[in-house]
Order: sequence, then C-alpha cells, then structure tokens
Amino acid sequence: MAFPTMDRRAAVSRLLAARDGALVVTGLGSPSYDVHAAGDADDNYYLWGAMGGAALTGLGLAQAQRDKRVMVITGDGEMLMAFGALATISVAGPTNLDIIVLDNQHFGETGMQSSHTGRGIGLDKVAAAAGFAETAELRTLEQVDALAGRLREPAQGPRLFVLKITAENLPRSLPPRDATFVKNRFRAQLGLSTC
Amino acid sequence: MTVAEATSSGGMARDLATEWPLELYDVLKAADIRQMSYVPDAGHSTLIQLFGQDEAVTTNVLTTEEEGIAIATGAWLGGERSVVLMQSSGVGNCINMLSLPVQTRTPLLMLVTMRGEWAEFNPWQVPMGQATEAALQAIGVTVLRAETGAELVETVAQAAGMAFDADQQIAVLIGQRLLGKKKW
Repeated sequence: MAFPTMDRRAAVSRLLAARDGALVVTGLGSPSYDVHAAGDADDNYYLWGAMGGAALTGLGLAQAQRDKRVMVITGDGEMLMAFGALATISVAGPTNLDIIVLDNQHFGETGMQSSHTGRGIGLDKVAAAAGFAETAELRTLEQVDALAGRLREPAQGPRLFVLKITAENLPRSLPPRDATFVKNRFRAQLGLSTC
Repeated sequence: MTVAEATSSGGMARDLATEWPLELYDVLKAADIRQMSYVPDAGHSTLIQLFGQDEAVTTNVLTTEEEGIAIATGAWLGGERSVVLMQSSGVGNCINMLSLPVQTRTPLLMLVTMRGEWAEFNPWQVPMGQATEAALQAIGVTVLRAETGAELVETVAQAAGMAFDADQQIAVLIGQRLLGKKKW
C-alpha cells in the first residue's frame, strides 16, 4: 500500500516562508538545494559535506544563540548517520532547536538506493524514544502549514518532524560552495566579526 | 571538589606536575570558552567536573567524538568559543567531520589525551594512538604536543589564541607519560 508523500520544494518553501527569524542549517545534498531554491539568505547555513553534522551544528548554534530559534533541515540519510546525535541533543535539551527531516526513504544523491527509513525505521519514533519534546510524521502540505504555525510557539525541548517527501531528483539549486563565504555571511548577519 | 575550591590556590603557586588540570581550566576560562563537549577520559575527569559545575559554560556529553566537532562549528557560527575533549582513540572517529571546520576555516580547539604510546597495558590502544598525529595532520589539523604539566598549560594558552584569533583548527595532544600509567 502506497502512503501519500509531498513535494519537497513546496514543503520547504512553506516552512521557510514562516521562519520568522529562525536560523537555518541544512544537511548536504538535496536539503541544501531545497532551501536555496526557496531563496538564498544570509541566515541560511548550507552544508556541502560533513555528513551527520547538520543537527549537531544546529545544536552548537542553538546553545550560542538562545534567543533565536534554530531550524535544521536535513535528509533521512544524513540524519541516520547522526543517530547518536538524537541522544546527545535530547540530553542537551535545547528549547530552540527544531529538526526537519526530509524523508524520501532513499539516498537520493547517489542513485536512489533505499535507506533504513524505507525499511521500517521511523526517525520520529527514534527521537521520541530518545526523549524529544515533540515529534511527528507528516505526509501532506496541509500538515506542513499547521507545523509552520506550531514551530513559532515556544517548545519544551528539542523537536523533530519527519516530512515524507516524494523520492525524485529535482533540478539542483546550488548554494555557494565557498564555505568561508557562507560562514562569514552568516556570522555577519548576527553582528559577529568575520576574521 | 567545587569550582571555588578547585580554582582557589590559597595564594600558593600550583604544582603543575599534578595540578595542571586546574590550571588548564583557568586558561580555558581566560580564553572565554563557553561550550565544552566530551567523550570522557580519566585524564580529562577534572576538567569535565569543573566545566560541569560552571553555569557559564554549556557542556555536552557525546555518543561519539565527531559530534563535538560539529557542535564546536555551530557554536562559533553563533559567536561562542568551545573546546572538545577526547581520548586519542576518538580522533579516528572525527576525521571526515573535521572537514567541516577545516573547509569553513572555523576555529577549533581539541584537547586529546594520548593512549597507546607510553606504558600502555592495552595493545588495542596502540594502533589509533600511533596514528593520531598523522591522521589529524592528514585532514589539515595543526597538532601540538605537551609532555609536562607546565608545557601543557603554556601550549593550550597559545593554542587557544591560534584557534580563536587566527581561525585555525588545533589539536593539543597530552602525552600519556604526563597522564601516568592507568591502574588496572
């Protein structure tokens, strides 16, 4: 039985339209392209590598910027590589960190091989078991609209939401690959020195 | 031991051969460290305890060392300085994640307690211990070493300057000879 999935670009675009000052960190591959396609911004921090690092980069940022909300947008493969990070983030307990997993159940960048989430692993359930304050699996854009509103409300702890997206390779929308440029641009919008 | 007790030398100069962890804490505080993450090691236990009691510092216990590299990168993005504590065996876990601070030229300060190089009882510690320095250098991290308490304190103080003022990725290796033989 096929469950419904949603268009990834539309989902990300709706979340970002309602970001309301949230700082955004993206996981390598398609999530970085999706966020870039929704509109490049100084407060986007794109990863092009360091697989497994997106959620934890978000944690360090959230701990340094407690008055701002941090939204990590990453894929199922990237989050699977950071399985232990769910324990680390739960123990840290930030109330300003939300993780959005764009879950197409495949390693889309490398030939659409099936990932663990297509074989029974629910990252929202893993996060819930680890003690995240709020978790859910979403399958429609209407649910994403509701989530966008809920994300603007105060959280009791870290939150993780799995968005079941259609497995397809869309035209790439490439963020800058100059890592120091993206870093310095991001720090500058926070009023921080750029070396 | 509390932070106040540990950091009060009562006007007496510390014996850095044994009290280097207390001095390291002071050095890292003077460097404005605001986040500390770690996979524990006996050699780091005093620092872990002191930072854990320090309300001005956010500490993260990690499931694997590479997590600390990403957290440190995020901390700097948000304007805070951090330090990552691990044992030499953990360096191997960090290699690909180190491409993040290396490629983004983000300050990184790692303190690595060495195993597998001096009076080592456990042969399983030797391969990674012997590979630690070469592995770090191969991915582009600058490696400094200290063999005495006094040397370590001085090395960490200047490593912090190099990391945070010159945007470098620095690992300070703490020699196993300095840490002493593990009791079995």
